[in-house]
Amino acid sequence: MAAQRREVTIIGSGPAGLTAALYSARANLKPLVIEGLEAGGQLMLTTAVENFPGFRDGIMGPDLMAAMREQAERFGAEIVRGHVHAVDFSSRPFVLTVGDDRIETQTLIIATGASAKLLGLPSERALMGHGVSTCATCDGFFFRGKPIAVVGGGDSALEEAIFLTRFASQVTLVHRRDAFRASKIMQDKALANPKIVVEWNSEVLEMLDPAASAVNGIVLRNLKTGVQKTLAVDGVFVAIGHTPNTSVFKGQLAADAGGYLITHDGSRTSVEGVFACGDVQDHVYRQAITAAGSGCMAALDAERYLESIQPPPITEAASAAS
Amino acid sequence: MASDKVITFTDDNFDTSVLQAGTPVLVDFWAEWCGPCRALGPTIDALAGDYAGRVSVGKLNVDENPGVTVKYMVRGIPTVMLFKGGQVVEQIVGVADKAEFKKALDKHL
Repeated sequence: MAAQRREVTIIGSGPAGLTAALYSARANLKPLVIEGLEAGGQLMLTTAVENFPGFRDGIMGPDLMAAMREQAERFGAEIVRGHVHAVDFSSRPFVLTVGDDRIETQTLIIATGASAKLLGLPSERALMGHGVSTCATCDGFFFRGKPIAVVGGGDSALEEAIFLTRFASQVTLVHRRDAFRASKIMQDKALANPKIVVEWNSEVLEMLDPAASAVNGIVLRNLKTGVQKTLAVDGVFVAIGHTPNTSVFKGQLAADAGGYLITHDGSRTSVEGVFACGDVQDHVYRQAITAAGSGCMAALDAERYLESIQPPPITEAASAAS
Repeated sequence: MASDKVITFTDDNFDTSVLQAGTPVLVDFWAEWCGPCRALGPTIDALAGDYAGRVSVGKLNVDENPGVTVKYMVRGIPTVMLFKGGQVVEQIVGVADKAEFKKALDKHL
């Protein structure tokens, strides 16, 4: 397929990418948005979002993303399915490879976000889809009336645990420390729930049983006492944080030790003309609203950059003078 | 769209349409309420078109078909399994891109 040429291309379709698309579209830059594998981003995996301003009674994550998408499209953003396999920043315009397609773009806005982190156990990998999950709203249904475990201690872990009590007979939160990182309101909610119990100071050593192709327990070790025990559960939800989706940019853009892209002066990355917004460059705030805000910044930065490299159109007065 | 080539598998037709099929069969375990499953839908549709005549491609709704879902111990969706000669020969859990599915399919053709 012939190369497409664009002024602004945005990778990612979460709050950051779609806000960048909205602003670029309204600046008449006809942005191309490449959705990525997890179209709509992390909010597609949530239920009610209660902290996005403007929605007094909250809004469902997928509904919020559908609205953002339609709003960007209304102003001319083109949103396409696809996953970027390679980028080349060594020449101008930049070149992106998406499947068999080639896209040439003057500016690139990276909004690839972050994906759920796993523990990294071989047994976890083997049992993915057979009791191990990173998506409570997707897979909670399979554990009606069954005991399950949630690993983690942050807001998302507690939120998942609370959500899963709708289905599970009991939810055990497994946390490495003796206190949660989660916000006070979330902790109060979780600890008040009669179906939730906590295994403090504990790590997961193994998930059982790959030979049976199904989860029937997890082996825990108490980090204070060293005591090991097996907890009988039918499912394990891993909610231990996120890792930025930056592997395709490795070696081409400055990143920190965790893989997060480093930005300066707003949304600028280490390559002029490449901007980053949302969770891919933020491991501190990681909110839908901060992602959306940084998406706006990236669009404005890209617009100004385009103006700086393209000489203004020759006016009549100027051409008469020449 | 190639969605007319996508078969609907059920507890009732699974034996004849999948296990006893003459060609490899790709089964997408999904549900209405699963966002990532909807995101994967168009990829499955495209594969049904690309592999027409060589692989039969279809979807199985886990809500409506607990028999097959429990038998194959599917507890997470989307999960896509490739059956050949009545056996599971490949399995992809979560949303993947078309290239990954093609790689898995081409190994068995």
